[in-house]
Amino acid sequence: MQKETASSTELLPHLFRLEYTKMTAVLCRHFGLKHIEAAEDIVSETFLKASEVWSINGAPENPTAWLYTVAKNKTKDYLKHLAVFETRVKDAIQTDELQAQHDFEFNHQTISDSQLAMIFAVCNPANSTEAQICLALQILCGFSVAEIADAFLTKTETIKKRLFRARVNLRNDDFQIGQLQEQAIQSRLYTVLSTLYLLFNEGYSSRSNNHLIRKDLCSEAIRLTLMLTENPLTNSTHANALLALMCFQSSRFEARANQEGEVILFEEQDKTLWNQELIDKGNYYLINACSGNQISKYHLEAGIAYWHTTPASEHQWKHILQLYNQLILIEYSPITALNRTFAFAKVYGYEQGIAEAEKLNLTQLNHYHCLLGYLYAGTNAAKAIEHYRQAINLTKSPSEKKTLTKQMERLTFSAKQVK
Amino acid sequence: MKDFVLIFRLNNPDFKPSPEQMQERMNWLAGIAAQNKLADKGNTLSVGNAKTVKGSDLVTDGPYTEIKEFVSGYIIVKTETIDEAVEFAKSNPIFKIGGSIEVREVLVHRP
Repeated sequence: MQKETASSTELLPHLFRLEYTKMTAVLCRHFGLKHIEAAEDIVSETFLKASEVWSINGAPENPTAWLYTVAKNKTKDYLKHLAVFETRVKDAIQTDELQAQHDFEFNHQTISDSQLAMIFAVCNPANSTEAQICLALQILCGFSVAEIADAFLTKTETIKKRLFRARVNLRNDDFQIGQLQEQAIQSRLYTVLSTLYLLFNEGYSSRSNNHLIRKDLCSEAIRLTLMLTENPLTNSTHANALLALMCFQSSRFEARANQEGEVILFEEQDKTLWNQELIDKGNYYLINACSGNQISKYHLEAGIAYWHTTPASEHQWKHILQLYNQLILIEYSPITALNRTFAFAKVYGYEQGIAEAEKLNLTQLNHYHCLLGYLYAGTNAAKAIEHYRQAINLTKSPSEKKTLTKQMERLTFSAKQVK
Repeated sequence: MKDFVLIFRLNNPDFKPSPEQMQERMNWLAGIAAQNKLADKGNTLSVGNAKTVKGSDLVTDGPYTEIKEFVSGYIIVKTETIDEAVEFAKSNPIFKIGGSIEVREVLVHRP
């Protein structure tokens, strides 16, 4: 008995993360986005009831089915109240609420369609991309406000305000969550993919040191992108490329940081910690992504990640540089520019790499100084140390400061040895 | 920042770049983009499928029947001065194969 209670206390938070967003999505599809708060209230009440009943009676045999039944009954009650209200003030009620009278089912198809519709509703261009990510985390991934604040290293108040404004926009938007319209899908797919991309990046290179939250962010982004590839309407080559990228990057998740949370450089990673299953999946989706003749930044980034996960070969860096060359032509970003220069140095030697790097003149970026520190380390210890020092001054991350200080000390030590 | 168009000219219509030459050109172009100074990656102009129109009754094949150098493509960079754009042009590998680059400011006419 003891054992059962212990498992049921772990069960509910787990189910909450898993089922809350699904149930909300189905109910929102049923009610329309205008009633998103009502849908969330019903689902929250369902979980509240579960925690009360299960703590006394233990968890039911099929907890998910239990939750769905309770949610369904609560919805019926809500609609009954709505109907009473409706007979009293008939004219004030819009016809779209009448549709809510139809019965609904929590089955696999409905859940997946509803969640997909919800992704497209959340990725609303009326909201800023930051707001979209917050909304996605809350509505699609079931993150609490505190968890979102932790992921963004922001105050909970800021997140609350951001979510409030975003939700107003969401309700006012005339996007129909009821059924996915092909045209609406095509026009929004770009926004959806970039939101999921940012969601993943937030987890992969997050400023938060909370390992669990970061990992959750990545796996949620993968789950949602996977959903896009499973529906014929949204299964584009771009979506497959994005999914491949996410799989490749996640495969190295465990190897990227040590127990103190310090970032481990690619070359020093323990390759036995790489997840081969995810690498294989990445390969699979990358092949799917190449079935068309369109190329997106996701294709290029997935290609770069692919070369990083394959065993080192002679022309590896040449391929990586070519992909970075194409990537920087599609979209400029300082990080792409720096990564491209790193690949350039790998192909043409560090000396030429330094010349190429210094042209970038990104002196306000810590990564710029990290790169130059790295490139100078073998030939000019004094310059390397100076760049590492500037990188330390520019970074806010304590673990990065620690890693860089180590590099600097190593250089100072070997410089002394030479003298 | 001003826009400058870099116009590439070649004198050999049959020139086919090797993979290394293509990679070199790509490195050059991406190097400009990496400095966030590429305004438009431009286009390559066809050599084979070309005509010169000199009037309603005078159309000749190709761009190079009467001129020694023909335009092979262009890109647009954004730099503070024309000298900076010229510096970009100087490092282009086209000179190794006897080509040349013309640098011209793009004048924006405001209505």
